[in-house]
Formats: sequence, structure tokens, C-alpha cells
Amino acid sequence: MAALGMGRPGHGEAVLRRTILLVVAAYLLIPLLAMLEFSTRGPRGTRSLAAWARIGTNPDLVEAIFVQLQLAALTVVLTLVLLLPTMVLVQLRLPWLRRTIEFLCLLPLTIPAIVLVVGLAPIYAGVTRLFGESALTLTFVYAVLVLPFAYRAIASGLSAIDLITLAEAARSLGCSWPGVVWRIVVPNIRGALIAAALVSVALVLGEFTISSLLAFDTLQVVINLQGKRNAAVAVAVSLAALVLAFALLYVLSFVGQPARGSTFVEDDT
Amino acid sequence: MSQDRSAAGVRVELVDLRRRYGEVRALDGLTLEIRPSELVALLGPSGCGKTTALRALAGLERLDGGQILIGGRDVTDVPANRRDMGMVFQAYSLFPHMTARENVAFGLRLRKVGSTERLRVADRYLDLVGLADRAARYPHQLSGGQQQRVALARALAIGPRVLLLDEPLSALDAKVRSQLRDEIRRIQLEVGTTTLFVTHDQDEALAMADRVAVMHAGRLEQVAAPTELYERPRTARVAEFVGLTNRLRGEARDGAATVLGISVPLLEGSVREGPVTVLVRPEAVELAPDPGGAARVVAASFLGSIGRVRVRLSDDTFLLAQVSSADVARFGHGDPVRVSLRPVPALATEA
Amino acid sequence: MTAGLPRISSAAAAPLPDGRSAGPRHGVRRGIREVLDYLGILPFLLFIGVFLLWPTCTVIVGAFQDAEGRPTLDNLVAVAQGTYLEAFALSFALSAVTALLGAVLGGLLAWSVATGRRDSALRRVVAAASGTLAQFGGVMLAFAFLATFGFNGLVTLFLRDRLGIDLFAGGAWIYELPGLALVYTYFQIPLMVIVFLPAVEGLRPQWREACLSLGGDSWAYWRHVGFPILWPSFLGATLLLFANAFSAYATAKALISQASPLVPLRIGTFLTSEIVLGQANLGKALAFGMIVVVAATTVLYALLQARSSRWLR
Repeated sequence: MAALGMGRPGHGEAVLRRTILLVVAAYLLIPLLAMLEFSTRGPRGTRSLAAWARIGTNPDLVEAIFVQLQLAALTVVLTLVLLLPTMVLVQLRLPWLRRTIEFLCLLPLTIPAIVLVVGLAPIYAGVTRLFGESALTLTFVYAVLVLPFAYRAIASGLSAIDLITLAEAARSLGCSWPGVVWRIVVPNIRGALIAAALVSVALVLGEFTISSLLAFDTLQVVINLQGKRNAAVAVAVSLAALVLAFALLYVLSFVGQPARGSTFVEDDT
Repeated sequence: MSQDRSAAGVRVELVDLRRRYGEVRALDGLTLEIRPSELVALLGPSGCGKTTALRALAGLERLDGGQILIGGRDVTDVPANRRDMGMVFQAYSLFPHMTARENVAFGLRLRKVGSTERLRVADRYLDLVGLADRAARYPHQLSGGQQQRVALARALAIGPRVLLLDEPLSALDAKVRSQLRDEIRRIQLEVGTTTLFVTHDQDEALAMADRVAVMHAGRLEQVAAPTELYERPRTARVAEFVGLTNRLRGEARDGAATVLGISVPLLEGSVREGPVTVLVRPEAVELAPDPGGAARVVAASFLGSIGRVRVRLSDDTFLLAQVSSADVARFGHGDPVRVSLRPVPALATEA
Repeated sequence: MTAGLPRISSAAAAPLPDGRSAGPRHGVRRGIREVLDYLGILPFLLFIGVFLLWPTCTVIVGAFQDAEGRPTLDNLVAVAQGTYLEAFALSFALSAVTALLGAVLGGLLAWSVATGRRDSALRRVVAAASGTLAQFGGVMLAFAFLATFGFNGLVTLFLRDRLGIDLFAGGAWIYELPGLALVYTYFQIPLMVIVFLPAVEGLRPQWREACLSLGGDSWAYWRHVGFPILWPSFLGATLLLFANAFSAYATAKALISQASPLVPLRIGTFLTSEIVLGQANLGKALAFGMIVVVAATTVLYALLQARSSRWLR
């Protein structure tokens, strides 16, 4: 066998690569297939979509899905409204605070959700007094949870444009500061904002720890409860949610990631 | 001692090399001989196959056909890691987790040379490339030019039979480039290793090489010493790729062509009869301010040691002439000038 | 719910060109401007303060207080022994084992996926799937595994009916620690892919070719070049996986409903059940212990990451 073309990984490596891909892919895919199989079991070995149909007729579930989507939307809005002007302002006017802001934004990664709940319990007593007992009050914690991911997406977007020059140009043309953010920054980093939003939505859809311990009926909490009563429905909803999250992240790989990486956990740019 | 073997250069022969990527023929019957201790520059625009040729010689590229001989021995089927080639890449080829010294010693380490000995050799080659004082630095602590020097030292330290340089200067800025260019040539002459140098920069090729091989579409256009290549291009492509060229209409007969009313001797390879396009270098064009002249000055530029003047001829074609820098001021925009040609041999192609 | 992926950004602060003169009148206006600038980031800081820093401080301070708010070390002493210590040890072991398994398997997968082209379809699918499974799984993954390896799971039935193998001959392991290890590994692998893939893709083809031309074969390349370069990233990623498993709550909660063998589950019971008098701050002490473990791991990870990012730029 002529051993030419060895600059590329050799034949043996290619086979090994493919084998690993197949084995690991099987390991990751079998549970998903099993979910599909499990959720479509009918009486006596038949296939049935009954469990999937019951997603739509189960009032608890429908309400939870509805709440969850509202939560996702609110979280995205709150996160962007808080984060974007702050990051722009810091980059333009308070550059010496940049490290601090970054540290604060990445901090939630080092504090497990379960720990956050411990400290949040007394605070949420106050929050519910102010805003009522709605599960939508979870928006505040969720905004904290998605902060690192949103921060990274926006930071990579901002680093790709020359913000200082753009802002100075806009200011010299008579644009106000809010105008700079709204008319100059937002259109230029739209991809990054969409990325931040998609990650946030996916994260909120899967959140369980905090909502369950603060006793709010979010989607995951309801799924967990359903699982005790009717496993097939719970499995069906789980699969649907996973597929939805996958779709969101797949779309994410096409937007807002200039040059480097395609997931939100890309290297620093 | 392996690192001393390089003193005697070996002959390298590429015979009828062929390589296709789908529909593209990267190498379409390339044949080239490199003499012992010679530095040949493989010159051509991007996509002409020059890098493929070099990688094939290194054993990094599979061939569809052809033969590679080194020192008379067929190495076509010898894997890259047993060819004893020293290779310098475009950029970023140093191992980032090793110091400059460890990088240079790496090839000897693979050859099981003892650690004191290989570090001694590494230091000698670092000294050769002028980086003895940076031996303990990591690649990210070195400038681009320094990194390429270390890469050169690393390639030479194994005492390669052939040195392969794959556009080693293209990632550097102009000043470092010309400095390192001279240095690579000095070192190559010193160690005497047969060298193939791939570049798309004609200045680099002309300045460094014993001979320049111009490639186009996977084939060789011409191989010649720099002066010959410049003065006696064999094809229009060579004439146009190397140096600046004017295309002028003329009439050929009996080994000469009449251009602008002046008879110009024709080079070998020219079309010898009938209407032709003659390729005339700017330095073969003479300009004189003349109120009765039919040509008009379009622009005159001062380039330091020389000047260039672009004129429009009466038939609305343009012509570039080289003048001495002192004369640039004599040609103002719109001035009438008289154009004549010096009878330097030129290439004529089909009109 | 699994913890996220801290990475230290190396983006340096861009210097702000500031050529304004600081005359006395300008000075006043500048002062006002500066105050306005700080006011601009106040909402963000307030928000972070209330929903991130305050709860964190509550936990840390509470860990050192008794029921009446007096400073004490009793809580920490209490959670450093007995069943609490066992919970820590179990959490630690589970996290370490699944981190190692996930790192090795995920590392191999990342290597297989790395094509050098960041826009290949395979890479997109793997990245999106990894993101989904690694970070948004939680409860859903538990159900995925019940559907696969549960009493009536696909694989269980297949093995029993076709091959005559009873997965549960040794007990209901899927609802116990071995089951947890399996599910945890399931989300560790994709997380490893996410964290490690950029490093693998950072390996330049020139390094392999340089090694070849210097006389090394594939093995020499991996031994002397490829693996040493990836090593810090690999180690860092393993630490991250450890922290990830250590903080996970949702999957464990959904799978194990009776006992609370792990630290996060223990903390959960403190929040949901009636608290024994005088033990109010034990939960906080446990949470504090988690912060210490996770923060230490994350800092180590960041250090290793900073080192390898110099190499893999």
C-alpha cells in the first residue's frame, strides 16, 4: 500500500473515526428512539399516537407549555433590555468596568442552580408579595441563569464591529445615546442578539431545578409529575421539548456566529 | 552524523507528475530537475499547482502519475516521514507547546539522538538563523519573522536531503520579508542543501533563486536563470508574469518585427511572420518631449530610483515607459511626446 | 438541570480615545456625564445584586450562622460528617467517574467530528444535538432513560424477549446510582464535545505535516505534538464536566424519588420538607460546600483554559 498522502490523517484513522462516530451516535440516539417507541405504544403491541394526542387535551400540560413559552419570551426581553445597553455603555464610556461586568455575567456558571435556590427562597417571598404568585415571576431568576450565555453571544457580536467608531460617527450626525443603541448597535449585531435569544429560550424550556423548588408549575415540573401518573405522555412531551431545543440550536448554528464556532459555547473571540 | 550530510546537495527529478482534483488538473505532466545544491523557485499565480508540486515532493500529496527521484533513487512510494525533507510552511507550523530550542531539536529527538547532542545541534542552527538568544522562547513569544527563522532552523537541523520552502515569507510584512529573503539565501548557500522554493512573488523568485521555474495550469512554462527569464521569456505568460510588459501591435518578417515604425529583433519562440503582438518591456521604451509628438502623457509617477510614464498613443492604446527618476518632472499630464523603442530582443505572439 | 460552561474571555478592554481637555468648566460637565454613565448601568447592577449576589451571600453568610443569627461553625462541622459527608463523597465519586467517562468518550467523539471545516453539516448537527442533550436535558433525559432501560424500556424489553437477558436481575439499578451514572455520562459526553471541539479544531494541519516531514509517524505526532497540545484543554474540560455533574439536580431528582444520596438532593429536601428546629442553616452549609467545590473546579478550569488558548489561537 503506497503511503502517499500522509499529510492527511491516514486510512486507519479514518476508519477509527467513523467507528467512534457510529458507536457514540448509537449511544446518544438509542434513548431518543426509545422515547419515540415508548410514547407510541398502543394496547397489545400496536402503535398509537394516543399519548401524543393527550398532550393537547391535558389542561395542566397545555397551561404549563403556555406558561413556559411566556416565560421564555419574558426572559429574553428582560435579559436583552438589561444587558445590551449596559454592555454598550461599558464598552463606550466605562471600559475599565468591562472585566467586572464580564465577571458578574459569568458568575452564574460557578453557582449551581440548586445553591441559588437556597438563597433565593427568602427573596422570592418578597417577589411574590410584589408581583403575585404567578410562575412568570421566575423571569427574574431565569434572566440570571441565561446571563452568561447571552453575555457571550452579545460580546462576540460587539467584538465583530467597531463600536467606538460607529458610535462616534452616529453621535457626530446628531444621534442620541438611546438612538445609538437602537439604530446602530442593534441592527449591526442582530445575529448575536438572535443567538442570545435562542439560547435563552432553549435554556428556559429545560429548566426544572429552580421552578420545582420554588414550587411553580412550569413545563418540566408538570412533566415530572405526569411521569408518575402517565409515563407515555411525559415521555412524549419530553421528546417534543428535546426536538424543539435541538431545532432552536440548529437554527442558532446559522446565525450570529461570525467566523468562529457555531454553538453558544464557542471560544472567546 | 546526520546533520552534516547536507553539505553535499543531491539531485532532484520530478518526472511527468500528474494530480487531479475532480475536474481540476493541479499537476498536468510537470517535469523539473533540480541540480545538486541549487535553489529553484517555483513561481506562478495561485492555483497553478506549484504548492501541489512541492507537497508531492514532500510526500504530503498523493500523485495520480509520475515519478520522483532524489539522488537518483525513486522515492515516489516512500512515505513523507522517511523522505528526509526539511519543510518550512507558510506560517504557524511551530509546535506551540515547545520552546524554539525544543522545536529545532524535535526532528533529532524522533531520530533518537541523545538529549545533550540534539540540544547542542539545535543551538547551532538557532545561531545560524540568528536566534541564539531566543532559544528558550515559546512560539507565541516570537514575532512572525522569528518564527519562520526557527522553522527554517528546525527544517535544517535534521540535515535534510532537500529543503522545501512553501511560501515562507507570504505571511510577513514587506520589510521583514526582504530581509529574511536575503538571509534564507545566505543560509542555503552556506549549508548547500538542494532547495525548492514555492512563491507567487516574482521579486522573491528573481532575487533568491539560481533558476526560476514558471508554472501555469499544472505545467511548466519555462525554467531559466532570473536574468534569462526576464530578458528572454519563452512565452507570453512568462513575459507578463515576470516583470511589466507592453503589448504592441506589429508586423513580423525575417526574425524581426516592425513596431511603431521601428524594427525589433525577435526572441526564440516568437511568431515569425505576419501581424503579431510584441511584448515590450517598459525599459525598452524611450520617451522624448516633442511638441510635434503624436503621443500624450497620461500620468508620470516617481518611484524613487526610477520613474514610470504612461502615455496614450495616437491609436488610443496605452504604453508604459521607464524613465530615470530625474526625468519624471519633464513629463506633465497632456504633454506631447515622441515614442521610440530600443532594439532589445522581444517576444512576439499571435496578434 | 446541569451547570453551564464558564470560560474566561481574553478580550482586552479597548482603550477609549479621550482627547478632551479638562478645563474647569469642562470638568463640571464631565463630572455630570460620568455620573450619568454610572446611572446607565445601575439597573443591571441592581438586578445582579438582588437576584445573584444577595442570594449567594445569604447562602455563604447563613452557612456560618446559627438559627438566631449568631456566628458559628457548627453547621459546617455538622455537614462534614455522618450522612452529609457520605452525600459529599457519593456526589464526588459519581461526578468524578462520569466526568472521566464523559471526557474520554466525548473527547473521542470531538476528535471524530473535527473536520477542520466549521460549517460542515455533520458539525452543525453534532453541535446542536450536543447543546440540547448537555444543557437542556434534566428531567427529559431521565424519561429518555426510563423509556430505554426502565422496566418497560425499549432496550430492556429487547434484551429480555429476544436475547433472554434480564437487565434487572441485579435489582432496580436504573433507579439507583448505576442508573444515575449512566444518565450522567449521557449528558457529559455532549458537554465534552461542546467544550473540547474548539480545541481539537485548533490543531493545525501544519503541525501534523511538520511532524511528518521531520520523520515522525502518526503515533509520534499524537504522542509528541497532538496530545500534549490538547492535554490542558482535556484536563480543563474534565474539571468542567466534574462541576457539571456535581451541580446537577433535575436528572437525579426525576430518577431517584425516595432517598437523597447526593448533595443537591439533600439540599432539595431542606427546601421542601419541614425543617427540624435548629437545623435551618444546615442546607446553607451544604450549599456553601457546593460553591466551594464548584468554584475551585471552575477556577482551575479557567487557568488551564487560559494556558491552552495561547497555543490554540
